[in-house]
Amino acid sequence: MDRILRTPAKLEDILDLEAGDFVSLSGRIYTARDKAYAAIRERGAPVDLVGSAIYHCGPIMQDGRVICAGPTTSSRLTRYTEEMLDRGVRIFIGKGGLPGDSGLIRGRAVYLAYTGGCGAAAARQLKAVRSHLPDLGMAEAVWELEAIDMGPMIVAMDAHGRDIYEEVRSSVRTRLAGKTDSD
Amino acid sequence: MYANINRQDLVEAAADCLGRAQIALPPWVEERISKASLEEKNPVARSNLQAMLDNLRIAREQEVPICQDTGLAVFHLEIGQQCSIKFDVNSALAEAVRLATRKVPLRPNAVDPISRKNTGDNTGPGVPWIMTEVIEGETVRITAFPKGAGSENMSVVGMLNPADDPLDFVVREVAKRAANACPPLFLGIGIGGTFDEAAALAKRALLREPKEGPLEMGLLSRINALGIGPMGLGGSNTALGIRIETACCHTASLPVAVNFQCWANRSASALVREDGWIVS
Repeated sequence: MDRILRTPAKLEDILDLEAGDFVSLSGRIYTARDKAYAAIRERGAPVDLVGSAIYHCGPIMQDGRVICAGPTTSSRLTRYTEEMLDRGVRIFIGKGGLPGDSGLIRGRAVYLAYTGGCGAAAARQLKAVRSHLPDLGMAEAVWELEAIDMGPMIVAMDAHGRDIYEEVRSSVRTRLAGKTDSD
Repeated sequence: MYANINRQDLVEAAADCLGRAQIALPPWVEERISKASLEEKNPVARSNLQAMLDNLRIAREQEVPICQDTGLAVFHLEIGQQCSIKFDVNSALAEAVRLATRKVPLRPNAVDPISRKNTGDNTGPGVPWIMTEVIEGETVRITAFPKGAGSENMSVVGMLNPADDPLDFVVREVAKRAANACPPLFLGIGIGGTFDEAAALAKRALLREPKEGPLEMGLLSRINALGIGPMGLGGSNTALGIRIETACCHTASLPVAVNFQCWANRSASALVREDGWIVS
């Protein structure tokens, strides 16, 4: 059974989630990736990010509709995590996680994994509201979207310090080392 | 006698291939994802694989791209020796990409590497990237192979010491890189040749179905034993298929290239003949 999240999210909504939970999300979300993050650092955020969900995504949009909108790789964006947390972001959505940031988001935010490559499915769960920073182009602009039961997503990094990606990486390192020893 | 290939036929065939590749995967690719979803025990891995299968159905039904990263356009042309091509193939394929960009639609992804300015239509110097091969016959077989950045960014060429084990190198690099490449993966591996030949072999390996030879199967089981799993969240399916292509190399060299391909292993082909073109 999926846990249900709504934006804007309160701290207790986030603290309630544990790594491995399945989640679906409804409410306003904002796309942001490489150029949008840089622009927010330079020019400030075009919207209030308190309690917000940021979706690492560069969608295909056409005639005011979301055509395809799966997640992009979040690891390129870790240099901005702290700043986004300071702006009040409670939920990061993407793929691949925020390597090394589980301590930073502890007690402040969660990271939800949407299955990479599933842009057609995601588009059916997202309605376009408006674009911010449109000068950055279709893929890089901040798109304000209304999410309707967006999911299933997995709590991959929770607000209690657990990071499933890191747990997998650590077990991969052990398996690789074990192999070398026995060779 | 030469078979005259018409420019308009090649443009239409290329645009059609690029569009079809975005909307439906080759059946053998979907079969492997489906098989993996039945085998997985890990609930998170199962959910991810099921999401991929659901997404493929939605993309087909709605005739929209599978993934918003519609990639950088890559074409593979197998040109029959008896063909006569009296036009600029580069400009014809660029026209096809512009057509598909409007029609499908594709996300504009091509940017200048220094200024990072987007060209707006997925074409520009060097894009689309065109690989050619001359084969027997009087037709041109064209394959569109759009390449998304998630998996391409993880690809790697190593110039190894001939005393190194090339397969150990592949396992180590996959262990480091797979999670961000949208696994379960297809891996094209080029061993030998020169620096650029190894990379070309790896890319060509992805254009064909995976091989089930002893080298490939051994490597596949070592990679899947790592437990990286779908989307890097754990599981027994990290790679769904591998193909290794080799070439002789210098006695002092051992180039090894690994071209990563995400689960959405997109490609579509057409045959262009003197009298028109057909889906292949």
